[in-house]
Amino acid sequence: MNDILQDSKLSAFVDKLSKTLLPLDQKITHKAQEVIESMDFPTTRNEAWKYTRLGKITGIKLENKIDRVGNLSREKINSLFQVSKNGLTFVYENGLFRSDLSSGEFPKGATIKPLTGCSKEELKNLGANIKLENEVFNAINTLFAVDGMFISIDKNVVINEPIQFIHLLSGSNTIANTRNYIQLAPFSKAEIIQSYYSLEAEKAFTNVINEINIAENAMLTINKLQCETENSFHISTDQVAQEKNSNFSINTITLNGTLVRNNLNIEVNGTNCETHLNGIYLLKENQHVDNHTVVDHKAAHCESHELYKGVIDDKATAVFNGKVFVRKDSQKINAFQSNANVLLSDDATVNSKPELEIYADDVKCSHGSTTGQLNEEAVFYLRARGISEKSARHLMISAFIEDVISKIENEDVKNFTHSIIKERFGWEF
Amino acid sequence: MIKISNLHASIDGKEILKGLNLEVKAGEIHAIMGPNGAGKSTLASVLAGREEYEITEGTVDFDGQDLLELSTEDRAREGLFLAFQYPIEIPGVSNINFLRTSLNEIRDYKGEEQISAKDFLARVKEKSALVELDSKLASRSVNEGFSGGEKKRNEIFQMAMLEPKLAILDETDSGLDIDALRIVANGVNKLKSDKNATIVITHYQRLLDHIIPDFVHVLYDGRIVKSGTKELALELEEKGYDWIKAEVETH
Repeated sequence: MNDILQDSKLSAFVDKLSKTLLPLDQKITHKAQEVIESMDFPTTRNEAWKYTRLGKITGIKLENKIDRVGNLSREKINSLFQVSKNGLTFVYENGLFRSDLSSGEFPKGATIKPLTGCSKEELKNLGANIKLENEVFNAINTLFAVDGMFISIDKNVVINEPIQFIHLLSGSNTIANTRNYIQLAPFSKAEIIQSYYSLEAEKAFTNVINEINIAENAMLTINKLQCETENSFHISTDQVAQEKNSNFSINTITLNGTLVRNNLNIEVNGTNCETHLNGIYLLKENQHVDNHTVVDHKAAHCESHELYKGVIDDKATAVFNGKVFVRKDSQKINAFQSNANVLLSDDATVNSKPELEIYADDVKCSHGSTTGQLNEEAVFYLRARGISEKSARHLMISAFIEDVISKIENEDVKNFTHSIIKERFGWEF
Repeated sequence: MIKISNLHASIDGKEILKGLNLEVKAGEIHAIMGPNGAGKSTLASVLAGREEYEITEGTVDFDGQDLLELSTEDRAREGLFLAFQYPIEIPGVSNINFLRTSLNEIRDYKGEEQISAKDFLARVKEKSALVELDSKLASRSVNEGFSGGEKKRNEIFQMAMLEPKLAILDETDSGLDIDALRIVANGVNKLKSDKNATIVITHYQRLLDHIIPDFVHVLYDGRIVKSGTKELALELEEKGYDWIKAEVETH
């Protein structure tokens, strides 16, 4: 038995990684260890991974890297990667904090620092909500996380400037196990911009967990931009707990990466909460992007809105699996979920699976999924007005995704998204 | 302006136009009438460049150019405008943004400068007033949620914005109440000059009370079988098409 386990791809995968220095509870690390020792990478026989093959990742030997890309400066980082000129910018390379590249003023009423600089007391709940059973990537992150951001907003504090987290992957076959811990005290408000890039990186892998706790009456917005290279891997898990009267919005914008999997798990624990999940994914070549979302309505009088749109070209594949649970006593829930896809090529694939599981009887829920090609009649109509076929298609694609981008409130994030889309796909807004 | 000679066109192997001849000069308005299935909309589609149709024979000369050799967008840029029988809804694409792109691509084709934002907005204001189109509609998504009458007025608004040499109105009157019909016709009349021309395709004589044609043609079984002046339209309204069919079949 032991021989078989030692031969598992998973044990080989973690073989060269160094153990985390974060002060995680022993019970948690033991559990993670047990998962690594007893499991292998999930296959497509596993329902949660039915449409996503992990062969691209599991076949590669990955390592922690502590060497740094030399010729970087604050100015260079800011000009290339900073989404907003306002607020605090924290830069991480391969999961390690780089104070030399970070900039901006610390807002009052907030504690923002690397996790490795936190006290045991500050991190006493680290990992408490992260599911490990059957979750290989969470277990890997738990055992091997190098560092990440600690963000704690005090009671009644409103931070108007965005807190930016810039994550760089560098070097070949690198793995960055990054862990962020974010907590908002009652009546506080904050916005976080997370942007992910590659720098001279080949076949590198970001495995990130965001643990997020939003106390009563607090408001949090996260804008997540995934802009790594064509051969990078990105698996992220956002585990969010919302207490009563809180408001959480997340905009996930996936613009690159050969294999991207986003797990968004929202537990709505209190009444009168609002939850907004928006996403766009623009794929070409052989990209594979998989968005898995779970909104678990555990309390009454809440609403959740989910809108994901994708444009898929070449041989790329998109997966959307959105699940909404409404528990037995969670009455008066309004939950809406929509996924729409446009295929630009005959070889592009979409697997879309919106799901509702409702145990309460007085709720308003809807879900829908559409996949199709651009309306050729509309393309002809635009051409008949003197617009070239290419511009006609761009106009229509831009309009299709702008529907989601327009939900982003931060103008800097909108503009940045537009400029990356223009650079990568040539679509103008 | 346009000279169509012996035009044959088919779709899915079925011949619809069977040797159509028509010449329209600058400053003229021509009406094309005919029973259902005669090929009226096919003619409009073929001239606009719909790729589903196969041209098997004939030529179309548009101001010295071989129209059939041009792409749909280049035909529009050369000054051909088709007001669609069924205008398409395009969610998310604003009317304004679409028209600015359209105007600028046409200007670019002609080697002209892009229109300034100020001039563009002034033009939108002027031309939307011409067809009594609510300026709010101008900034909404193309035709989305428009009523039937608003869609047709939007077609004439676009025509006013683009100032084509030759406009083809494909059953623009169908489904319009009398007020909308009057507005649409009024717009077309105001845009008329001695430098442009209009082909009005219609099923009903009613429109021709408002847009007075110089010539009326009857299209039947893929060919123009009778031409005349506006009195012909009245005769058709009164007697229907059966006598035309009978005339054609005895020849």
